Amino acid sequence: MSGRVVFPNKLLPYLLLAPQLAITAVFFYWPASQALKQSMQREDPFGLRTTFVGFANFRRVLADPNYLNSVQVTAVFSLATAFLALALALPLAVMAEKVVRGKGLYRTLLIWPYAVAPAIAGMLWLFLFNPAMGTFSYLLRANGVAWDPLLKDGQAMGLVVAAAAWKQISYNFLFFVAGLQAIPRSLIEAAAIDGASGPKRFRTIVFPLLAPTTFFLLVVNTVYAFFDTFGVIHAVTQGGPGKATETLVYKVYNDGFVNLQLGSSAAQSVILMGVVILLTAIQFRYVERRVHYG
Amino acid sequence: MAEVDLKAVRKRYPNGLEAVKGVSIAIPDKALCVLVGPSGCGKSTLLRMVAGLETISEGEISIGDRMVNQVSPTDRDIAMVFQNYALYPHMKVYDNMAYGLRNRGTPRAEIDRRVREAAATLELGHLLDRRPRELSGGQRQRVAMGRAIVRQPKVFLFDEPLSNLDAKLRGQMRVEIKRLQRELGVTSLYVTHDQLEAMTLADLLVVMNAGEVEQAGDPLEIYEKPASLFVAGFIGAPPMNLVDPASAELVGPIPAGAATLGFRPEDAILDGFASEGGLKIRAILDGVEPVGAESYLHAHAPAGGARMIVRTAGRARMEPGTALEIRAPAEKLHWFDAAGRRI
Repeated sequence: MSGRVVFPNKLLPYLLLAPQLAITAVFFYWPASQALKQSMQREDPFGLRTTFVGFANFRRVLADPNYLNSVQVTAVFSLATAFLALALALPLAVMAEKVVRGKGLYRTLLIWPYAVAPAIAGMLWLFLFNPAMGTFSYLLRANGVAWDPLLKDGQAMGLVVAAAAWKQISYNFLFFVAGLQAIPRSLIEAAAIDGASGPKRFRTIVFPLLAPTTFFLLVVNTVYAFFDTFGVIHAVTQGGPGKATETLVYKVYNDGFVNLQLGSSAAQSVILMGVVILLTAIQFRYVERRVHYG
Repeated sequence: MAEVDLKAVRKRYPNGLEAVKGVSIAIPDKALCVLVGPSGCGKSTLLRMVAGLETISEGEISIGDRMVNQVSPTDRDIAMVFQNYALYPHMKVYDNMAYGLRNRGTPRAEIDRRVREAAATLELGHLLDRRPRELSGGQRQRVAMGRAIVRQPKVFLFDEPLSNLDAKLRGQMRVEIKRLQRELGVTSLYVTHDQLEAMTLADLLVVMNAGEVEQAGDPLEIYEKPASLFVAGFIGAPPMNLVDPASAELVGPIPAGAATLGFRPEDAILDGFASEGGLKIRAILDGVEPVGAESYLHAHAPAGGARMIVRTAGRARMEPGTALEIRAPAEKLHWFDAAGRRI
């Protein structure tokens, strides 16, 4: 892709970029700069006076045991969600590839959950597992499981992880199917002739060749679990019981909009912004590299 | 050490298409059998059935004394060289070659010895630590060959292994494949659409068309006595000239039921070189194709317009539009009936 496009008019390229730049400026740079400013200020309860406090908000946030708890919750939640979503999507994709009749139908059905809004997905799982009226809660209790995600930390975490992962399975499934299709059939046939059994072919040929896809999905899923699961958590647990499912993003919302600690909330947003930048850098550095087959 | 025996093998797809319509071939031990035919003639399907990659709808395939219809490709003790080589992109050359041996639980030292030996035979020794994407097309082809020979299988299967190489390399590899196959003495089945490759490699040549065997036998015998119009037109480059006997002057008897008359470009003699008996046909020159040592004259008959090619030695300097008188001796004529069978 050599040869740069040369515009005859000096102004035209800037004009063509203007709409996107305007959107980014209004919806990202402006609020981001506001957050940066606010993260160094403290406001009185009535919003009458703001004082500049430097890095005091950051120091306080990072020393807060609640914040550190939230970091831990986020780490557990993100890893569990990413792992579960990947671990369930891969076998589904492998199975869907083996279907002979009605391949398209299976794929369509498996992709549907992705179209469900996070809050709705949360509600679905909440209704199924609500201790008072959920069908599955009834079944679980009938089988001797003391099911109560409203009181038990582990169960609440399990529920939000399941709801968040369920939605992401479709996305992963789609990429795994594409990844599997990119593996030339003759490689699998060559491995079969080379004496590798089905499971061995998967382990030694298919899985290594899917590695770029898997790594890409791992990053994307982690980013998803970090930032796009607010709706699920808000619908299912609201960060409870206690603070057992309060992720970093949920805590920003809780501290800022519910508890009105604007300075602290802004400082947390700025830290999250740093995390996003880091994850994006990883994505660009490693994931954008394409692997060539053959 | 194994004969490969195909008995009335058929392949029918669920949609009703019949790709292979009852093919019987007996490949003797240590022979190289070449399946040749135009694309879609069922030759690759047949090869894949021998490999176990396609199910057999009807008939029997045996390798050695064992009927293998229900045996998986893993257990058939065969090795295959694919058209796109199918090298494992994430493994080094060494591991590509060792993979099949490892899967069969061969001891480490034995694997190492065999891989190095095969690499030496194929001059791959310095490439063992490379990955397939770091190799040229010819080198990849050699690795694919190496992967087949380290296994020391009963049968080699080749699926158009040279079609991705340039002409010069293809010529070299052709010779090398023949040499290796002779040395190792492994029964081989080789699929190609290139009739030159087929002619030069085959001990047993099988010409296929539309899922059926048109003719099988010694390559030169097939060249001398093509059993049908299809074989006559397919084997030999440039192909045999096929004309309507009515459009030619003939000296000597015409066989009963003859509908088409064929003669090879190299058997044609141009006007001026007299010949006893045989065929004489008028034609108009369309153009001259000089290829160096010889030239091909392309011409068409004024009546019926049948196209013909005549080979002449050296360089022919003639203008398009020149009237020619093409002759061919009686013993070099091939006669075919209305159904296209040789008379």
